Amino acid sequence: MDTLIFIITAAIALIGAVAMVVARNAIHSALFLLLNFGAVAVLFLLLYSPFLFAIQLTVYAGAIMVLFLFVVMLLGAERIEDAPDQIAWQRPLGIGLGVVLMLVAMATALRASAFAPPPGGEALATFGDPAALAALLFTHYLLPFQITGIILLVAVIGVVVLNQRGRHRSEEAGREDARTRRREDARR
Amino acid sequence: MLAAYVPILILFGIAVFIAVFVITVSAMLGPQRGTPRKLAPYESGMEPIGAAIRRIPVKFYVVAMLFIIFDIEVIFFYPYALVFRELGVPGLIAMGVFFMVLVVGFVYEWKKGALKWE
Amino acid sequence: MEPIQIPPVDLTLIAPLLTITAWAIVLLLVDAFLIPDERKKLTGYLALAGLAVTALVAVPLWNVDGSTFSDMVVLDRYSLTLTWLFLLIGGLTIAMALEYLPRHGIEQGEFYPLILFAVASMILLAQATDLIVIFLGIELLSLTLYILTGFAYPRVTSEEAGMKYLIMGAFAAGFFAYGIALIYGATGSTNLAAINAYLAAEPFVLSEQVLLLAGVGLLLITFGFKIALVPFHMWTPDVYEGAPTPVAAFMSVGTKAAALAVLLRILGSAFPLAYEFWLPVLSVLAAVTMLVGNLGALTQTNVKRMLAYSSISHAGYVLLGVIVATERGVEAFLFYMLAYALTNLGAFAVVIALEQRSESAWSLDDFSGLFQRQPFLAIAMAIFMFSLAGVPPTAGFIAKFYVFTAAYEGGLGWLALIGLLTSAIAVYFYLRVVLRMFTRDPGRPVEPAMDRGLHLNITLAAGLTLLIGLLPMPVVNLVERSLVALGL
Repeated sequence: MDTLIFIITAAIALIGAVAMVVARNAIHSALFLLLNFGAVAVLFLLLYSPFLFAIQLTVYAGAIMVLFLFVVMLLGAERIEDAPDQIAWQRPLGIGLGVVLMLVAMATALRASAFAPPPGGEALATFGDPAALAALLFTHYLLPFQITGIILLVAVIGVVVLNQRGRHRSEEAGREDARTRRREDARR
Repeated sequence: MLAAYVPILILFGIAVFIAVFVITVSAMLGPQRGTPRKLAPYESGMEPIGAAIRRIPVKFYVVAMLFIIFDIEVIFFYPYALVFRELGVPGLIAMGVFFMVLVVGFVYEWKKGALKWE
Repeated sequence: MEPIQIPPVDLTLIAPLLTITAWAIVLLLVDAFLIPDERKKLTGYLALAGLAVTALVAVPLWNVDGSTFSDMVVLDRYSLTLTWLFLLIGGLTIAMALEYLPRHGIEQGEFYPLILFAVASMILLAQATDLIVIFLGIELLSLTLYILTGFAYPRVTSEEAGMKYLIMGAFAAGFFAYGIALIYGATGSTNLAAINAYLAAEPFVLSEQVLLLAGVGLLLITFGFKIALVPFHMWTPDVYEGAPTPVAAFMSVGTKAAALAVLLRILGSAFPLAYEFWLPVLSVLAAVTMLVGNLGALTQTNVKRMLAYSSISHAGYVLLGVIVATERGVEAFLFYMLAYALTNLGAFAVVIALEQRSESAWSLDDFSGLFQRQPFLAIAMAIFMFSLAGVPPTAGFIAKFYVFTAAYEGGLGWLALIGLLTSAIAVYFYLRVVLRMFTRDPGRPVEPAMDRGLHLNITLAAGLTLLIGLLPMPVVNLVERSLVALGL
């Protein structure tokens, strides 16, 4: 049963991912990505990680998807113009290398499956349970948890700095304009 | 394992069903007498002007980015809520440090006027 | 439910990291609330004070050893020496930026806390012994650098550079995350020592551990990107050219030093047994990097781009010290990083001094006849160029000598030979700058914008470059003592 669900969701995730890349309309791409996020969320469930399932839906399918849609609408980039590639051999080479990488990854996965899972890799009784996850987060992974806080703070600074300066400058330019206008008025 | 999530699946199914049901049934049963006014995409008295697809201001994007950052912060509160009794005071300190760092971010962006809409 | 014990945490072991992070956070608020717009330089001075305090906090830890936070970070002399190096890099960068930012109309107080955060993440990387912490450290460093690269608004090249760096960096981060996952899958741990212990205990053929090897390969890709090894170097010239010059200077030495330091720790303490697998890969990368970096620099007429290619080639030289993975190699790595940091920051400071708002002063022609106009700048630049080229009696010469002998002794003679040959190529384009400055007549007069910070910066960098070149022993002693159990 689990295998069947896995095959179906994995197929949906793959289709979503490929369709996202090939879709000509950016909004369609975003919606295919949403499909992919949803399928991956179910995959997390199959991996006994209900917490990740919830995060995948709230953060990725919810917040980040909204952000993507905002970008698309901000740029008015619903449709990609068919600009010819500046470097003609780039695309076939990229696709070729991608296929090679995928083959290598598949070979790796197939060969690796012959080995017994290493210690620590076995599914524990409480594995993925949100409470067990929380206990780990505040004990073993306390430092990464705190660093995450710092990373989020820097992200806030980034948003403000990269946004602020435009506003700052336009205000300054406005003041400059006002000043020149006043000077011209005075001259008159 | 997944049996526990069957209710969610059923809920999902009901949601899809209602959406499809309402649209098809109203299309089948409702009287279809279209006037130009009624067929306009937006019929509450306003004349639709221009294309529906327009560029939106960058401010939405800034707010969305700030939202995501604090959304991720809130995500960390959920596991904490599950174990805060067991963690006791050390856990409170750990969460407090994490929280303070982000409060600094919040105070900073507030002071900088990133939350102002103008 | 029974209480959950948070394992004991020894904060003294991460005291420098805590100091600088706390300082950065407080400085951010102080800057936003207390410091008026026209006095943002004050923030810079406060940031410098923070770096100095952190350096002092680190001093009593010299004889302390230990790990904390569930063995996720370690304090040893290796990390302390690197901490001081990073603080020095941060300090010189801020000194360069103090006048640069207002002169180019891009002054914002956040610049200085961001540099502090970047230095903090580098210190974290020097101390990290867990792949997850390393990942977060790299992300924190990258995030600050994305912001700093795009700082020179409204210059389009700066935005472009920031965007390029962001996209490439995010891509590289994906490789790293996937690599960690594979390594965890193969060994059941993300802790460097635990990975090594698992590999040492288990009697199996390493070449059949495909998951592990694939994971290590993915990690190497990310490091290749961060260190700017060929063929992962494409972004470097564009990003360095577009970024504000002090940021480019910071990236060219800081990011490289941090990424190499953590690469060395990963290879040395987690995968010494996989030596035969990563060594050929990294050797080839080092060889190609030295070649392409130097050949690329040959054709550049833009000094900032030339310095970018030169930084690529130097990454190749330092990598020699990292991959021989002998004590001598680690010493050489530390020495080289110090010498290179001083020299390169100095060279960038000269570029800043000549840089006008019009961005025109990066052309080679702008250096023509510099000696007649600005003898101080010309002589300092000559010292830096000699040092980058590896001409005695400069720090660069000793550094190259150190690295090449380490490589030779470590059985990588062919790489040392390539290093020597490419150094010979490099002499051409470094000396070309020197010749221009001293022999040609001044072309277009470029008004150098000197200030106290730059002056101090250039004097210090040039002085130390010469001093270390003439009297290398104190530094050699320092790096020799910095070696503690790195799994070597």
